[in-house]
Amino acid sequence: MKTLKYWLISGYTKGLIGMAIFYALGFYLIQAMRNASGAEYDPNPGVMIGAIFSVIGFLLFAGVLTDWLKWIVGKRPPLKHGPPQGRPEWTRYINVDNNHKVIGIQYGITGLFVFLVGGLFALTFRLELSQPGMQFLTYKGYNTLFSAHGIVMIVSILLGVGAMSNYLVPLMVGASDMPFPRLNAFSYWVSIPPIVLVLAAMVVGGWDTGWVGYPTLSLRGAIGTQLFLLGFYLFGFSSIASSINIIATVAFMRAPGMSLFRMPIFVWGALSAALIQLTATQTVGISLLLSVMERSFGMTFFDPAAGGQPILYQHLFWFYSHPVVYVFVLPGLGVISELLPVFARKTLFGYKWIALSSLGIALVGFLVWAHHMFVSGMADSLRIPFMVTTLFVAIPTGVKFFSWVATLWEGKISFETPMLFVLGAISVFLIGGITGPILGTIPSDMPLHDSYWIVGHFHATMFGGFVFPYFAAIYYWYPKVTGRMYNEKLGKLHFWLMVPGFWVMSFGQMSAGIAGMRRRIADYDPALGVTGTQILITIAAFVIAWSVIIFVYNLIASARRAPMTNPNPWRSRAPEWQTASPVPELNYDETFEVVGGPYDYGKGTPAYVNMHPAAVPGD
Amino acid sequence: MSVGTVEDHAEHHGVELSPEQQVKANRFGLWLFFISEIFLFTALLVARFFLWGNTRPELNQVVGLIATSVLLISSFFVYRGETAIEHGDKKRFMSNFLWAALFGTLFFIGVVVLEWNIFGLSGEIAGIEIFGTLKPTDGVFGGVFFAMTGIHALHVLSGILLLLAAWYNGRKNNYSATDNWGVEGTALYWHYVDVVWVFFYPALYLIGTAV
Repeated sequence: MKTLKYWLISGYTKGLIGMAIFYALGFYLIQAMRNASGAEYDPNPGVMIGAIFSVIGFLLFAGVLTDWLKWIVGKRPPLKHGPPQGRPEWTRYINVDNNHKVIGIQYGITGLFVFLVGGLFALTFRLELSQPGMQFLTYKGYNTLFSAHGIVMIVSILLGVGAMSNYLVPLMVGASDMPFPRLNAFSYWVSIPPIVLVLAAMVVGGWDTGWVGYPTLSLRGAIGTQLFLLGFYLFGFSSIASSINIIATVAFMRAPGMSLFRMPIFVWGALSAALIQLTATQTVGISLLLSVMERSFGMTFFDPAAGGQPILYQHLFWFYSHPVVYVFVLPGLGVISELLPVFARKTLFGYKWIALSSLGIALVGFLVWAHHMFVSGMADSLRIPFMVTTLFVAIPTGVKFFSWVATLWEGKISFETPMLFVLGAISVFLIGGITGPILGTIPSDMPLHDSYWIVGHFHATMFGGFVFPYFAAIYYWYPKVTGRMYNEKLGKLHFWLMVPGFWVMSFGQMSAGIAGMRRRIADYDPALGVTGTQILITIAAFVIAWSVIIFVYNLIASARRAPMTNPNPWRSRAPEWQTASPVPELNYDETFEVVGGPYDYGKGTPAYVNMHPAAVPGD
Repeated sequence: MSVGTVEDHAEHHGVELSPEQQVKANRFGLWLFFISEIFLFTALLVARFFLWGNTRPELNQVVGLIATSVLLISSFFVYRGETAIEHGDKKRFMSNFLWAALFGTLFFIGVVVLEWNIFGLSGEIAGIEIFGTLKPTDGVFGGVFFAMTGIHALHVLSGILLLLAAWYNGRKNNYSATDNWGVEGTALYWHYVDVVWVFFYPALYLIGTAV
């Protein structure tokens, strides 16, 4: 009963109420203005202003903007620290809180929830695809489901990246929090209304465009398309705000002695990802906003019927949407590099090269976007240059693979669940990586583009680059976050179901693609001979789904176990394992000093950090 | 999932920022935001050159030039205001920020009322038609012109609100010669929005042949 009461007065409930009120306000304001001027009925402008208003309403009612509004009228509210007064501790996770660890967990749980929703969409249309012909979905329903699966999973991955970056980066560099805690809370809370908008888009007509939202289909689609474009656009505010915090944390709040090349390697991945999020997000934002304006006000940018250029949309869109896959994988690859030395009890091979390869991938990633458009009818002269730059991505990625193999070489490897997921990630990312150059090369891209081969390649890079490392990270830092050890048996079961399941799914998708199966299509010709493969993929998808359910159960059930006795179960040198679990409010008892290399395992050299440096005079 | 308590804040914590470092971090964060916005405005310029090429719509050169001058003059007042507060001269800071807000508003009106002509007016001053005729629905010319001026005008509007907020905080005695990040940040933002227009103005009014 009490619990229900706390939920009813939580930031989420208040925010959603504000969202509904402001949406209605914006929508009917525009509708009234249009009626007054005698314009024809068109819901698009009203939906646009309503959606933008609804985000403001959500933030206002949830209490995210309170401190800033007080600043404007001349007050200086102090930053709130610590658990809420007069309420149970857990309620801080459902209200606006400025602590980076609370925000990290909020990101993580929201991301996981969204991940399950997106997975459910996938299972639904996967079931439909297991036989030719239409079983239980309509064409329209199929289109909406696969489109929603795409964007919802992207949102869930971005939330997962936010979870790791927010929780780990300040902790790893020795900071007490991020430099702009209120902005940090804003970047989490502003991500909620767009999720609501995208899910709402599914029930008001859905949309057919996939997550890419290409014009001219997006300009003519049902009103659901408008909501989807707006939800996608508004989510960008979260990415940009959060990236500013992460970069500033690394720039200003590192512990004494922590030079850039002595940071834990994950921080390099998070930093490179943040640099991409900071910049590229704007171009996809503007491409989506221009589409919305074209729908709402009859302006012309992309519709060739009125003199526009649909190719322009694709250029602006992919300028973000290619680099964004590196936003997903760079933190993931950072986790792999972070965990391997701990479980191999060896130095990370080529630290500097790994660190710089993250930056390298981020930079080269800005120069390859048009490889998504080889068959789109763009200028021919762009093809070869973009093929060359695309193949360059293989170089920094290869550096990472060689470093991982060399780190494992002659290591004293132990196989706890996090390590299993790291190894699984490497194997899966290898599948995704090797199939990449085949698509980056124009002659082989021509027949494979828009086939199921791309679906296989993309899922392998996402699972290898993000999902597997993310699971590894959750198992690895679960004891840090909760102070309790997860159930090792269930963790291993999760892994041994998921890895073979994924291999089957990935190879199945690629082979169906070679056989001629198109992507984003609800039906296929039985004469293709891929029905058996489709059944296999569907079964594999369900195996993966079961393994994820086991994972979620493990997280919930293990939170009730007795607190662990060993403060550093992985015998890690990293600073976050030298402080208490769960981590104290401001992370460390005192500012530590970095005195050694981060990954000098098995060398007998001094520790990475000195947790109790002699007091500095005047401190 | 508890994250501990805060009673012992005074001594127990990791790296924290001193007030001076916090201002440095603020400045850095604001510049990061500017870098981010460069991509937004560059994308709009890309759209302009992609869709217009070497042509542009017929626009009122006099209104464009005057509006641009008004905006640039407003930056001058912002600079004077910022310098004044750094010398502890509160009165001069406040009056200069008000002048800047006024000039910013004039620019905003110039764009929305004259160029956009949202009230559908017409009229001449000294034989020159001062109200625009381009509509947002006029093909790519209308679309790009309204998108670029519109998104810039939104930044001007937020800048005016920031100037007024800084002015109000000045009235409440919240700034001093040493503690004036609010003023500095507002001034930086205002100059930035100005610089963006320095790129937008030639792209819209000067480059290419009018058709």
